[in-house]
Amino acid sequence: MWKFILRRFLVMIPQLFLLSVIVFALAKQMPGDALTGVSMDPRISPERLYELREKAGLNDPWYEQYRRWISGIAQGDFGKSYTHKIPVSEVIAERIWNTVFLALITLILTYLLAIPMGIASGRFNDTWIDKVVTGYNYLGFATPIFIFALIMLFVFGFSLGWFPTGGSVDSKVDAGTFAYYLSKLHHVILPALSTALIATVGTVQYLRNEIIDNKYKDYARTARSKGIPETQIYTRHIFRNSLLPIAAFLGYEITGLVGGTVIIETIFSYPGVGQLFVSSIGLRDFSVVTAIVMMLGFATLLGTLLSDIILSVVDPRIRIE
Amino acid sequence: MKADAVKNVQLADRSPSGIKIIWQEIKKDRLALGSFYFLLIFLASVYIASFMIDQKAIARVDIFSIYLMPSDAHLLGTDYAGRDILGQLIFGTSNSFTISLCITILTALMGLCAGLIAGYFGGIVDNVIMRVIDFIMSLPSTMMIIVFVTVVPKFTVTNFIFIMSIFLWTGKARLIRSKTLAERELEYVQASQTLGTPHWKIILYHILPNISSVIIVNFTLNLAGNIGLETALTFLGFGLPESTPSLGTLISYARNPDVLENKWWIWLPAAAIILVLMLSINFIGHALKRSADARQRRG
Repeated sequence: MWKFILRRFLVMIPQLFLLSVIVFALAKQMPGDALTGVSMDPRISPERLYELREKAGLNDPWYEQYRRWISGIAQGDFGKSYTHKIPVSEVIAERIWNTVFLALITLILTYLLAIPMGIASGRFNDTWIDKVVTGYNYLGFATPIFIFALIMLFVFGFSLGWFPTGGSVDSKVDAGTFAYYLSKLHHVILPALSTALIATVGTVQYLRNEIIDNKYKDYARTARSKGIPETQIYTRHIFRNSLLPIAAFLGYEITGLVGGTVIIETIFSYPGVGQLFVSSIGLRDFSVVTAIVMMLGFATLLGTLLSDIILSVVDPRIRIE
Repeated sequence: MKADAVKNVQLADRSPSGIKIIWQEIKKDRLALGSFYFLLIFLASVYIASFMIDQKAIARVDIFSIYLMPSDAHLLGTDYAGRDILGQLIFGTSNSFTISLCITILTALMGLCAGLIAGYFGGIVDNVIMRVIDFIMSLPSTMMIIVFVTVVPKFTVTNFIFIMSIFLWTGKARLIRSKTLAERELEYVQASQTLGTPHWKIILYHILPNISSVIIVNFTLNLAGNIGLETALTFLGFGLPESTPSLGTLISYARNPDVLENKWWIWLPAAAIILVLMLSINFIGHALKRSADARQRRG
């Protein structure tokens, strides 16, 4: 068991290294560097500019620059933001909790929707309730999230006015009060629900198939013949067995959410990391862009790692020997 | 007489061809059949219309007809520069569909090559290919595509197709590899190997036809997914260049809250077309999925 986790962890190190090299190469490709603003200044001679570049280490070979960059990141130093004029880590720190909060609520809603739907359509398969859920799955599978989110925003944000149409908190309430947290929740519900209603489809489908697979297995039949009420068989026996693989996909779910933040946060003008990413690209603030890609790339790797570990705990057959 | 009887028996024993099974399955599923005819007619009319309409006339800015409501002159109104929405819708649909199709074909080819080779040969080849796939799959692909799109020096439609394909072939390769792996162990492959058939012949003439149904299903579902992805990226402003309008371009106008709230005719039709396209392709895909799996067949 521990051997597997350790092994899986070791696999992540070269992946992380490759990720950092790619991000660094991309960053070098991006137009402009720390001295672009200075080089536009006509009062500075080319010789002086060369001197400045030398001093900043921009004339060093790439591997030297890479070493400096990566050791900076290891210490949490992502450089300075060109538009915000403060360290990148501070710019991101302001936004990251909004994104984490949104992701958390989305995850909770996704499972809150998936579990009852999956159980109902698995237990009563081929009845009208199963047909409704399956039909919903068809629709959800085919609907791109950005269109669904736009329609949700249009209907519930603008037309009905039930939810705010942007931001993460009402500017009028004081930080730390109960009203503040309520307002935060109010702002996060619509984007989270829009994502969850679509993202839940995969889990519902999986849970349904698992339950149908399990319901006629020997252990379920044994329980039935002992006279245990049907509902109890489902909640205590079948559901528990079916839930294991679902739990294992938690990590992949997180990975999917990371990609989704870019679109969802832009649509709902929600001040999180995804929206910061899009606006920074627009402003050509590449130190922020690089830092976000690196950070979310790391989060994605961690998500996959988490899933693999849970999967190996749950299902010993897949452990690598 | 006797010979005739034998002939008849042979004919009856012959299993129907792959395409026949697929068509029978689609015919059994009314939703899929309807989707199929709808797609055929819809796409044909969009492509024909896009040849007949002058693209320059659609792209011309007319400041006297900004944000017009739908009327007789402009069936679906106009946008912020006075351009006809219906015309943009026609070009957007044909562009979005063509480009998604290109991406799907390219990723299918890449996935086929990598998957067949990794699955058939196994060993070190398999290991190397799989590690590359694992790595690409572990990247945050949406963000990577956006960064690539901004970094590329000269951004064209071809570049966009290539960038998308780099990140989208991996899932397909994985699927094809697992199918090939299972197929390789079967006796007919071993028999063919014993007879001395070259590897490429076994792969192309024996294995490929046997996994073709899986590939077709995957191709259809990916096509729908790619339409969604392309329009989403264009919506964010990182998809097709401005010279090539997409359905996502029209929806991206809705990033302006005023347009989203009050000028539904600009973005709602494009959103509806994307939904309908993806739904009908998916319905066909699910029918194909059933025809690929004998246990699920209805016909």
